[in-house]
Amino acid sequence: MPVVVNLDKCTGCGECLASCPYDAIEIKEGKAFVNEYCQICMTCLNTCPEGAIEEIEETLARPHPSPVTDFKGIWIFAEQRGGKIASVSYELLGAGRKLADELNTDLSAVLFGSSENMAAELVRWGADKVYFCNDSIFENFNDEPYAQLLTSLINKYKPEIVLAGATPIGRSFIPRVAARLGAGLTADCTSLSIDQETRNLLQVRPAFGGNIMATILCPHHRPQMATVRPRVMKKGEYRENQKGAIIHIKADNIFSRTKVIDTIKEASEIAVNLQEVEVIIAGGRGLGNAKGFELLKELAELLGGAIGASRAAVDEGWVPYSHQVGQTGKTVCPKLYIACGISGAVQHLVGMQSSDIIIAINKNPDAPIFNVATYGIVGDLYEIIPLLIRKIEEARGSGEGETRRIGETEKHKTC
Amino acid sequence: MNIIVCIKQVPDTAEVRINPETGTLIREGVPSIINPYDMHALEAGLQIREKAGGQVTVLTMGPPQAESALRDAVSMGVDNTVLLTDKAFAGSDTWATSYTLSKAIEKIGADIIVCGKQAIDGDTAQVGPEVAEFLNIPHISYVRKIEDITNNSIRVQRLMDEGYDIVESSLPILLTVVRELNTPRLPSLKGKMAAKKAEIKKWGSLDIQADENNLGLKGSPTRVKNIFAPEARSGRKLFQGTPEEQVDALVDELKGFKCL
Repeated sequence: MPVVVNLDKCTGCGECLASCPYDAIEIKEGKAFVNEYCQICMTCLNTCPEGAIEEIEETLARPHPSPVTDFKGIWIFAEQRGGKIASVSYELLGAGRKLADELNTDLSAVLFGSSENMAAELVRWGADKVYFCNDSIFENFNDEPYAQLLTSLINKYKPEIVLAGATPIGRSFIPRVAARLGAGLTADCTSLSIDQETRNLLQVRPAFGGNIMATILCPHHRPQMATVRPRVMKKGEYRENQKGAIIHIKADNIFSRTKVIDTIKEASEIAVNLQEVEVIIAGGRGLGNAKGFELLKELAELLGGAIGASRAAVDEGWVPYSHQVGQTGKTVCPKLYIACGISGAVQHLVGMQSSDIIIAINKNPDAPIFNVATYGIVGDLYEIIPLLIRKIEEARGSGEGETRRIGETEKHKTC
Repeated sequence: MNIIVCIKQVPDTAEVRINPETGTLIREGVPSIINPYDMHALEAGLQIREKAGGQVTVLTMGPPQAESALRDAVSMGVDNTVLLTDKAFAGSDTWATSYTLSKAIEKIGADIIVCGKQAIDGDTAQVGPEVAEFLNIPHISYVRKIEDITNNSIRVQRLMDEGYDIVESSLPILLTVVRELNTPRLPSLKGKMAAKKAEIKKWGSLDIQADENNLGLKGSPTRVKNIFAPEARSGRKLFQGTPEEQVDALVDELKGFKCL
């Protein structure tokens, strides 16, 4: 076990017991003992007041065909939907550029489907090279062809780091690539940096429902692969005249056993792409009924925002799932998030707590939503929101062009 | 039809709290449950059996106490259970877990494998697709509806960012499923009786002919370096006064941020 108790230091106080999510620490003969239930999640490491819980440096590693030093360069997978590059791809280029500079190496993008124009756009957003394949097999998203071609490219060019968006597409096919390559993959990273000494990628991600953050690394295997949450990283710099290489790739021996028959966009009166908007008005169980969302829509229209919802509101059938924010829905970080009648279960909080400004409106002053709120109003949302709408309209009336400033700022948004 | 449902026993993360002083998890009193997404996978497996016939085998990997999750699955009406438990499996990341599960699935044999979208303790959503790759079969993630299933093909709705895709595939296939797919059934009285008596198969690394280089911590490319508490948000402001006064104060503050 790489986690052990130093029996000389252990006082048997039992502080560590409650920290273990797997009940793997017990007190035996007055000392703490890590049993076989240990999943090596490391949550116990900081709990011991005596510092008696220690990590053993272990050198065990699965044999790897190529040495770590054979791998060079940073790759990002540029996701496209209907030919258009998803904005997370530009964020990955921003993050990838920083890592490439730290490692003094190249930054490349991989684009399957879409057009050469879009490949050139990736160069302007910072890619030194773009590996581009526009075979018609990539028109719709199927896991197998995406995984097959990316795997063979990685085997050929050996990048040390591969990043992709933590989107329905990235989270679905990237694991196949990692499985095939025998590579480590870390999901939903919120921060990436380099350990200069080892060139290891330090990957930070939430765990246990966002209750705790973990730093993950992949010391013995390459490439190091990670998916990154949309809207967490900062886009790179756009340079109109940037030069880069576009490398055309053929899709040889690529096949798919799944086939997309149809793609259905779910119609909604108000934009649901919650990860792209600057303002989100979200409703929860406190709305009491589906009609409550009509009021929220009024406020959303006034502020140019979209409608979000807690799981409770979605489960009640008041709004479609595509509006759901939180652990089982979308992770968002708009400039302004107004939570109406949402108590703030941790599963909801992890999906929205990195928003710039959070306004909570709730009847219950003890609701956990107030712990993450920038501003809190305790009261009946059916009284507060109409007032808010009126006051905003009044403020705008006297504000002379101060309206709709959100989205007009040039500063890049990061969470 | 041979149906395998993969489940995981997890701490109920909704109940987990953080000690703000030490930045560590407080596990006390937090129950172990079947991962909520896997409940929908179980229901899907049972519904496929009702439609197409065959057997549902539930597979989990974990410490010996994970047996109780399998008994819960029996109470819902599944036919067989397998618990993969071995000291050699400890410390598995998603790669090693997927390898281990795939070896067990090869031994059992499957036409369709159903997994929850992700587990609520790790939230990676990686194990399903990785298992499919190890088995060299296709997979479809985020399945929200099974439209049709025959002995050699399936048509489903796959949830995407702005709607859904209708996807067809040959069998065998692995599906990962979302909550919208169904409502998990409650255990029946008969099921509860069966759960008490059920024989839970326990397999170790030798039973599945696994390469020990690929197991547990040794087989895992990733390592947890450290754990820390998320940064708390500071500087919150609770307004006082009548609703109108509170709203006025809020609109004032927002003017400062040029939000309006």
